[in-house]
Amino acid sequence: MGLVLQFVPYSEIEELGPARRVNKLLDMAKQDKIVLLEGRLKKEEEKDLIEITMEEINNKFKGVELAVINPKKREGGFFKGIKGAVIDRLLGDRQGFTIIGPATVVKQIKKDPDKIELFTKDISKKKPKK
Amino acid sequence: MVVDLIKKFINKVLRNIFKKKKQVKLGLYGPPNGGKTTLANKICQDWLGEDMGTVSNIAHETREIQIKEQVTIKSKGKELGFNLVDTPGIATKIDYEDFIKAGLKEKEAKERAKEATKGVIDAIKWLDDMDAVIIVLDATKDPYSQVNITIIGNLQARDIPVLIVANKIDLKKARIKKIQAAFPQYNVIGISAKYGDNVDKFYEGLFALMG
Repeated sequence: MGLVLQFVPYSEIEELGPARRVNKLLDMAKQDKIVLLEGRLKKEEEKDLIEITMEEINNKFKGVELAVINPKKREGGFFKGIKGAVIDRLLGDRQGFTIIGPATVVKQIKKDPDKIELFTKDISKKKPKK
Repeated sequence: MVVDLIKKFINKVLRNIFKKKKQVKLGLYGPPNGGKTTLANKICQDWLGEDMGTVSNIAHETREIQIKEQVTIKSKGKELGFNLVDTPGIATKIDYEDFIKAGLKEKEAKERAKEATKGVIDAIKWLDDMDAVIIVLDATKDPYSQVNITIIGNLQARDIPVLIVANKIDLKKARIKKIQAAFPQYNVIGISAKYGDNVDKFYEGLFALMG
């Protein structure tokens, strides 16, 4: 089986409460899909994602690799900056992308401020467990 | 009526006792194997003459919150008292097979992984209780990990003062400037907790953070 990249537009999670957002994304990662979310979760939700991931870890699910690319290039001075922050607060942060990859598939995500390198595990080498 | 007055009086007295005794909590946070416990041991050795916890090359050695109460450090005639809280390393993945590769038996490895996941959850839950936090990063590693950014972002959202320590500067691959570039809004101090390099600067940084 090849790699599955699941794109999730922000509109798909914006109506959900924090716990359901996190669980929806994590459920996809648990199906060995690499989740590519438009925008980013709130800081509190990112923290919840780590916490819930830890609760779900077992012999099969080993956790996730997580990275956020967020350009944050707000131009136009102080008032536009304030306006952007208020919109983010009310509607969520749609800038950039969030990648959530299952640790069984994604070995490492290297991040520079404007670039993401995603290293995958060679899943074809995986031996079936007895 | 009289009973209520007595209750109120006792509560007031108790509150005052605890208020006077309340010491600020200084948390050590960061990814696994950054050197949190090595730094905690250095602080405790310098000011209490004893260790705080055990250190190991295998990740997730600290799997429970550890507290050393009433640590007092002194510098230039000033004193700073706090309860030092050493926390398990925060990670987004824990694979028991990594522990087997590091030399543990399967049963031990699975137990360690289970304890480590609980440790991460506890560390996250304790974030809200901290009065100030030292983020301990391995200066030889990539600072842009999302775990670091998430922890610092949450502390920032709660207005909890943060000092970043770039540990392991005794190693050739250490890059303090990379950590400073990743977190330009914070004071970053390069140290070697293992050998005590630049620890005086670190204590000055603590006074600036909490003093």
